[in-house]
Amino acid sequence: MIYNFKTMPKVKINRERCKGCQLCLIYCPKGLIEKDKNLNKKGIQPLVFRNGECNGCKFCAIICPDGAVEIYK
Amino acid sequence: MEKIYNLPESLIDVSTHYCPGCGHGIVHRIICEVIDELNIRQKIIGVAPIGCAVIAYKYWDFDCCEAAHGRALAVATGIKRVRPANIVFTYQGDGDLAAIGCAETIHAANRGENLTTIFINNAIYGMTGGQMAPTTLLTQKTATTPAGRDAKLEGYPLKISELLAQLEGVAYIERTSTDSPKAVLITKKAIKEAFQNQIDGKGFSMVEVLSPCPTYWGLKPVDAVKWMREVMIKEFPLGRIK
Repeated sequence: MIYNFKTMPKVKINRERCKGCQLCLIYCPKGLIEKDKNLNKKGIQPLVFRNGECNGCKFCAIICPDGAVEIYK
Repeated sequence: MEKIYNLPESLIDVSTHYCPGCGHGIVHRIICEVIDELNIRQKIIGVAPIGCAVIAYKYWDFDCCEAAHGRALAVATGIKRVRPANIVFTYQGDGDLAAIGCAETIHAANRGENLTTIFINNAIYGMTGGQMAPTTLLTQKTATTPAGRDAKLEGYPLKISELLAQLEGVAYIERTSTDSPKAVLITKKAIKEAFQNQIDGKGFSMVEVLSPCPTYWGLKPVDAVKWMREVMIKEFPLGRIK
């Protein structure tokens, strides 16, 4: 099956708002969220969205304690 | 590209002062979502507590009032009686509602005041540095119980929801959690019902939300939600109590 990543939902995590608690990482059913290697201005590793087969379940946005997640479709 | 998830309008778009993984941020957001969905932003008045959420009004874009420690429900009673057309809610932690404000809480509930209370239970005192709260679990280590809470010395965890459910003035009590996206959605539904009860004039409604405090539990945020699910929910069973 060929997926067209251009039409799939995209998660955007606000780099400076993220506090690195990793709750979105453990609840993403597709495992598309990972830790960034670079630090943000707070001095912590923010989480980033890796492009892939996102189904737009919004789990990451619902569990985020800091309101750092936006989802586009 | 169209935005399918956005922050609620009532939530001010700033970084909160809460620790990473704290449940307060989640509950702040879902309260704002419920207020936007019920379209009551113009007539809502929130009462902020003393505790970690002491500056909650900095994150909410609607009218708020600050109460002395534990007296949020007493202040809310006054506001509601003077301005009955407004929707008044209190947002309190376990140190505020269950410890110093226990008398105010029980009497406000017993009078059947038409108020909504959001009770954040994280089983510890957060703002003052991780001391034992009345809701601290047995054998849980805190700054004031370094060997774990002992029932002979410090008593048993106080279950405020079960206590208030016996009172006649209480219309609705539910205990929910913030340990997973599913639990957060259940919490949102419960908070919506609590606000709807006040709009319908049914009486005192309270939602107890179990919330993680990774910093003073001494756990990583990921382990804190796991501990909540495995240990805390057994002591404080979820579901509708009244």
